Formats: sequence, structure tokens, C-alpha cells
Amino acid sequence: MIWVNQIVQGVLLGGYYAVLACGLSLMFGVMRIINLAHGGLAVLGAFFVFVLSKHGLSPWVACAVVLPAMGVAGWALQRGILERSLRAGPLTPLLATFGLLIVLENLLFERFGADERSLFPYIGTLGYDSWTISSDIIAAKLYVLIFVVAVVLLGGLHLFLARTPLGRSMRATAEDRDTAELVGVNSRAVYGVAAAIALSTAALAGAFLGMRSSFGPYSGSQELLFAFEAVVIGGLGSLWGTLAGGIVLGVSQNVGAQLDPQWFLLAGHVVFLAVLMTRVLLVGLGARGGIRIALGRQA
Amino acid sequence: MTLLAVEGLDARHGYLRAVRDITLDVSEGETLAIVGANGAGKTTLLRAIAGAHKPSAGRISFDGAEITTVSPHRRVKLGIALVPEGRRLFTGMTVEENLLVARRRGRPGPWNVESVLEVFPLLAPRRKARAANLSGGEQQATAIGRALMTNPRLLLLDEASLGLAPAVVDGVYRSLRTLIEGGATIVLVEQDLTRALSVATRVVCLLEGQIVVDGPAKEMTRERIVEAYFGLRRTRGQEGAPA
Repeated sequence: MIWVNQIVQGVLLGGYYAVLACGLSLMFGVMRIINLAHGGLAVLGAFFVFVLSKHGLSPWVACAVVLPAMGVAGWALQRGILERSLRAGPLTPLLATFGLLIVLENLLFERFGADERSLFPYIGTLGYDSWTISSDIIAAKLYVLIFVVAVVLLGGLHLFLARTPLGRSMRATAEDRDTAELVGVNSRAVYGVAAAIALSTAALAGAFLGMRSSFGPYSGSQELLFAFEAVVIGGLGSLWGTLAGGIVLGVSQNVGAQLDPQWFLLAGHVVFLAVLMTRVLLVGLGARGGIRIALGRQA
Repeated sequence: MTLLAVEGLDARHGYLRAVRDITLDVSEGETLAIVGANGAGKTTLLRAIAGAHKPSAGRISFDGAEITTVSPHRRVKLGIALVPEGRRLFTGMTVEENLLVARRRGRPGPWNVESVLEVFPLLAPRRKARAANLSGGEQQATAIGRALMTNPRLLLLDEASLGLAPAVVDGVYRSLRTLIEGGATIVLVEQDLTRALSVATRVVCLLEGQIVVDGPAKEMTRERIVEAYFGLRRTRGQEGAPA
């Protein structure tokens, strides 16, 4: 039963990873930008929520303020930095966002110092409330809430992309920006909306990080690594894949930790590498198979 | 009335001057065919008019207003639509979605999904099919339909018949005639001279980025175009233009 519990905990943790990763996935899917500052921006969001909570606002109300504000910041980031760096080639945004991460981390360090902060004190009993499913399986209410939010968020994003006119424009721009412009899509505006959604969801993930654990100015890089692994395991640019990737990562970490408490991070990384290598090998085999078919036809 | 005015247009691909000092007027209701060999600058000219290729010199005006620096999506709103070479459909989307993307920012007008499907009946059963799974003819019809969805005043068609079976090309041209009878202004780039002459009211022949022949289609003989096409009677002045 202890294993079942670890799997349940892993799935719930996967929900958090999915919230964290979906913005990264969207930004890569639509703009082909790998945003190295994504984790740092999540932590920035967490600090904003923390400051507002300290001034007496409930973290949930704080989120209602911070999420739209981070959306506006995302729009500005696209206009001010990403759009310009994209013009200089595909590698420049990577450098630009890396630089942004360093600036963000150091500004946060300058302002808040190296202390670890948490939103735990501000969410009342939600921090430790739980449902006891059986003697071995206990589900923390906060974790379940995060998981439900992840499913609703990814489902909402999926519906937005599949059903709405703006979502269609976003898919068209993702596939072929020049042609999208030629059928009347304002691709700059579409990129701006994608960046706004990405930063809002990053801030939400940051708030969840603060509620379930703690964060400091430099926590962003660690979180970015998890988000990356979730995105890559689930398949680049696929939203439901991102949720699946997050769950695989979360389950691997928890099962690894059950085998040996030190294996939490290691198991996640190993599974990530295994998935990546399997994919590379499958592509390799596919190419060789293709050549064989081609040779067979010639003969 | 002049709908499109191109003045002294230059467009480059790096060091190559693909379009050289082209001046061209297109009147409302006209069907202009642009012919010329590969590399004559036809596609670049069309893309410059649509805003997808930045010209290095010259002016483009549409309906009296200068649009030289206007972005492609704003030109769509003004009424310019390009059916790009190679179709360039959004392959991950269905036929209907490809059409609807273009509907969002276009001008109000008669074209919607239903009226496009009426003109291209072959698309009706393929409405929910992914663009990647369409035949060449279906793809071309979708690409033209997608451009029509913006209710353009000027339709630019680049190589509408390229890579299609003759029977399918017949279908494409039949629907073009429907459009022309409806009063549309069309500029089409076409390799097939007979096809071009069959629908066009005016023919322009490009050679190495310059206009070498421009006249009404009725007065145009095949021989005259062929001569211009291959540059057989070129004057010295047109040769060796600085690149």
C-alpha cells in the first residue's frame, strides 16, 4: 500500500509540475522560444503574492491581483525583449531570457535577501488538512486542489486553442507565422497573448510553490529544470502531454524516494533521460527502417 | 479606377535584385496575368504587394493610400489577399479551421465557409479533414478559399496550377472565372501561357525582374510573349542592370 500512496502523491505532485510547465510549453509551441527565465518568473510571482499576503491580503486574493499583472508583464516582455531578440535569430532569445533570469534573481536577492520564504502561514489549515483514504493513503487537500487546478487550467487552454478564434490564430501562427500574417492574423499580438498566458501561469505555479513548500530568490532554476523535464517527457508543445509528463516525473520522484530517500531528484532525472534516449533511439531505428524500405524498392 | 499602383519597386534577396524598378497599375475589375521564366521575380513581386517581402525601394499604393510599410495583416484588412506559392496551408488544422482563421480579421463581405464550399464543391465532404491529408487539388482549393474568406478587393494568386493534374487545374480555373464574373480584381502568376491568356484581360511579362511586355490579353500573340519570356529581343539598355 505504501507504493500506492507514493504513486498517488506522485500524481498529485505532477499536477504542480504541469501548472509550472504549461507556460513553458505554450511559449515554445507558439513562438519557438525556450524561456530560461520561466522558473525565475514563477518565483517573482511567488514573491509578489508573498508581499501582498504579508500586508494582510489572502494569498488567493493576492493571486487575483498578481496573475493579471504578470500577464501584462508578459505582454511587455514580448514587446520589449523577446520580439527584438527573435529578429536576431533563434539562439538570441535563449541568451536574452538567460540574462533576464540572472537580473531577476539578483534583484530579488537585493530586495529580499537569501531567506527562504513560504506562503504556508497565510493559507490557514489548508497547509496541513488532508483526506485519509486508507491507513496508508493520505491526500493533502492543498495537493489535490493544485492537481484539480492543473487539469482545469490545461483543459481550459486546450479548449481555448481548439475552439476560439484567437486560439485558432495562435495555432496558425505557431505553425507558420508568415502565412498567418497573410491571412490577417496580427502575429505580434498573438505572441503577446501567448507570453501573457505563460507568465500568468508561471505566477500561479510560483504561488503554489510558496503554499506547498518554500522559495528563495534562486529557486527558479531548480523549478525550471522540473518544468523542462515535464515538457520533454510529455512531448514538446503538447498541453496534455505536459500534464502526463508532469505526472510521470512526480511519480518517478516519489517512487525513487521510497526506494531510498536520497533518490527523489535522481529518479526523476534518470526517468527523464531514459524517455529522451528511448525517443532518440526510436527515431534512429525509424530512419534506418526507412532506408531499408527505400533500398528494397530500388531492388 | 486604379486599385493598385506600384511605382519604381525594387525588392532584393540579399545581393540579388529580384524585382527591378517595376511600375505597374492594376485597375478595379481587371484580371492581370504575370508570366515569365523561373527567377524572373514574379513571386517576389506578388509577395511585396502582399507585404510579405520588404521592398528595398519604391512605393505601393492601394485604393489611393500608400501601403509600402503597412504590415501584411493590415493589408488583409484593407482588402489584399495572397494565395501563396506552394499553398502554405496550416496542415495541423482542418479545412474549415483554415478557412475560419482567415475570417477573423478580414473585411465584411459575401464570403464565408458556406459560400466557399459552394464555389469549391470538392471541399464540402472534406470539411473536417486535416489539411495535411488533402489531395493537391483540395489543398489548392482550400488555399484559394482561405484567401477569399478575407473578402479581398484584390486577389493575388501565385502559381495556382503548379503540381496539379490537368483536370484539377480545369476546376481551379472554372472557379476563377466565377470570381472574375463577380467583378473581382485578380493578379495571377502563371507558368502555363494558354491558361493565363484564357482568363486574363491583361498580360505582363517579367524578365530578370523587369517588365518587358505589358498589354491587353486580346492583342497578345503567343509569339510576342514567348520572345519576351526568353528575352530574344532585348535592347541593350535592359542588359547588365546594376545588381
